[in-house]
Amino acid sequence: MPVITVEKLVKKFGALTAVDDISFDVEEGSIFGFLGPNGAGKTTTINILCTLLNPSSGRASVNGYDCVSEPRMVRKSIGIVFQDTTLDKDLTAFENLAFHAYLYGVKRNEIKGRAEEALKFMGLYERKDDLVKKFSGGMKRRLEVARGLIHKPKVLFLDEPTLGLDPQSRAHLWGMIVELPKKHDMTIFMTTHYMEEAEVCRRLAIIDHGKIIAEGSPEELKKTVGGDVIFIRTTDNEKAGVEVEKEFGMKPGEKDGELYITVAKGESCIPALIGALSGMVVSVRLERPTLNDVFLKLTGKEIRRESAHNTDSIKEEVRAWRRKH
Amino acid sequence: MIELNAIYVIVMRELKKFFRERSRLVSAIARPLIWLFMVGAGLSRIVSPQAGMSYTQFIFPGILGMTILFSSIFSSISIIWDKEFGFLKEILVAPVRRSSIVIGKALSGTAVSTIQAVIVLLLFPVIGIKLTLVQVITTVIVCMAVAFSISSFGIVLATFYESYESFSVIMNFIIMPMFFLSGAMYPVKVLPLPLKYASAVNPLTYGVDALKNTVFRIEAGPMSPDFSLGFDLLIILLSSAFFVGLASRFFERKG
Repeated sequence: MPVITVEKLVKKFGALTAVDDISFDVEEGSIFGFLGPNGAGKTTTINILCTLLNPSSGRASVNGYDCVSEPRMVRKSIGIVFQDTTLDKDLTAFENLAFHAYLYGVKRNEIKGRAEEALKFMGLYERKDDLVKKFSGGMKRRLEVARGLIHKPKVLFLDEPTLGLDPQSRAHLWGMIVELPKKHDMTIFMTTHYMEEAEVCRRLAIIDHGKIIAEGSPEELKKTVGGDVIFIRTTDNEKAGVEVEKEFGMKPGEKDGELYITVAKGESCIPALIGALSGMVVSVRLERPTLNDVFLKLTGKEIRRESAHNTDSIKEEVRAWRRKH
Repeated sequence: MIELNAIYVIVMRELKKFFRERSRLVSAIARPLIWLFMVGAGLSRIVSPQAGMSYTQFIFPGILGMTILFSSIFSSISIIWDKEFGFLKEILVAPVRRSSIVIGKALSGTAVSTIQAVIVLLLFPVIGIKLTLVQVITTVIVCMAVAFSISSFGIVLATFYESYESFSVIMNFIIMPMFFLSGAMYPVKVLPLPLKYASAVNPLTYGVDALKNTVFRIEAGPMSPDFSLGFDLLIILLSSAFFVGLASRFFERKG
């Protein structure tokens, strides 16, 4: 059963169409990923789903409640970790959580217990009475996730949860995030432009320029780019090339002194390949298509290459539009 | 219940931060003292006492009003900080009514302003004013009402600004004129006509007048209050309701 339903959603800021007619469903209990470069419309979509923005047209519902007509029920059902920190730096970690718990109507006698539990889960219990301004970026992000759990939401939104964190903090936080659906019985809707993070999603939507250009499981998406590539280094490439063509019915390519062929299932072709080239193989390696390859194929550009400049200009455009209205 | 919890926790946050930042408390108290004991002392020399009341005594209710004006507006426009540092989003995605958020914020300003006003009020013996206990209590209650209306006005103000850079604009074009046209430093009666109109639409005018009503006992002359206490309180009440309603509307607005 879908816990989030989005139909023909459009959001325009003046002349800029930030979200351009997108539709998708998110299944309950899954991790759903929104993958795309900066400025693709990911955050705008999240803002609509969490009722901070009204769509220009189309429908969105969360936990069965309409995001426009039943905003309070939607807000009750969700927790959010925004891209930018939304903590009060002059309060302690515990105070930030307690504030949140009150706002979400958690019973007073349960607040302390729940806050401590969430702090323990995110590994921050020892720092609970420290002011947030003393926290590192990674700790702040973990605290925000902890805060998002306190009122036991049905859906947790994570907007670029690991952005700006060092690799160690990223891995640490990430390990905790993947535990959430099972341990806390919730659905996770996340946006990212890190391919490794997108891999753990049950389903992914790839978004670019406000449009969903592909949707499916990471495996399904990777299949669309054609399969695995096996690279072989041999003692005699010419002879080996002929043998490979005999065995697999296709002529291998050659690049930087290595032969390569593209096959559907790389790992099961390697034994046959080595057998056919008896004694000539020096090394074999297998390259699997990545989500980056998928993105490259769909858009003609690499996902990370999108410059920060682009995001800034879009943010600026949205801000200018807001000022006018 | 969730609405009351929200209001409670918004006020508690403000109070916690207020008491944690000693410098804010100190400078909040220093400002009225400077006006009272420097400006007041200086002008007392050239403004002759009226109806047995010195200039310093005359501005005492106005200085209470000023204390409330500054601290209420500062408290409310901290919303602009919350916008800049993202914390406002945390509040806006919570499942509570926008009006509860506004009332919580207005009561936050009321709480910190009243604390400061009470500290200044307790100086009354130093400048030779005699107040009965009943007068002190009614003055504190009036301070709370004035603080609520000015705080809710401040929230309306805060909804117009996206960044703290606009702070000096607010200071120079809103706070200072509100102060000088409120009757705090000189009676509204003696102002030229255009300024009289301006002071009539200044919400602080009625607050300062209400404070004059509770602190003074003079009935006539240039330094007497302009309106009855009842009228002042009515205006304060109506303007509070108006500002809270308006601010809630603005908070409801989405892109």
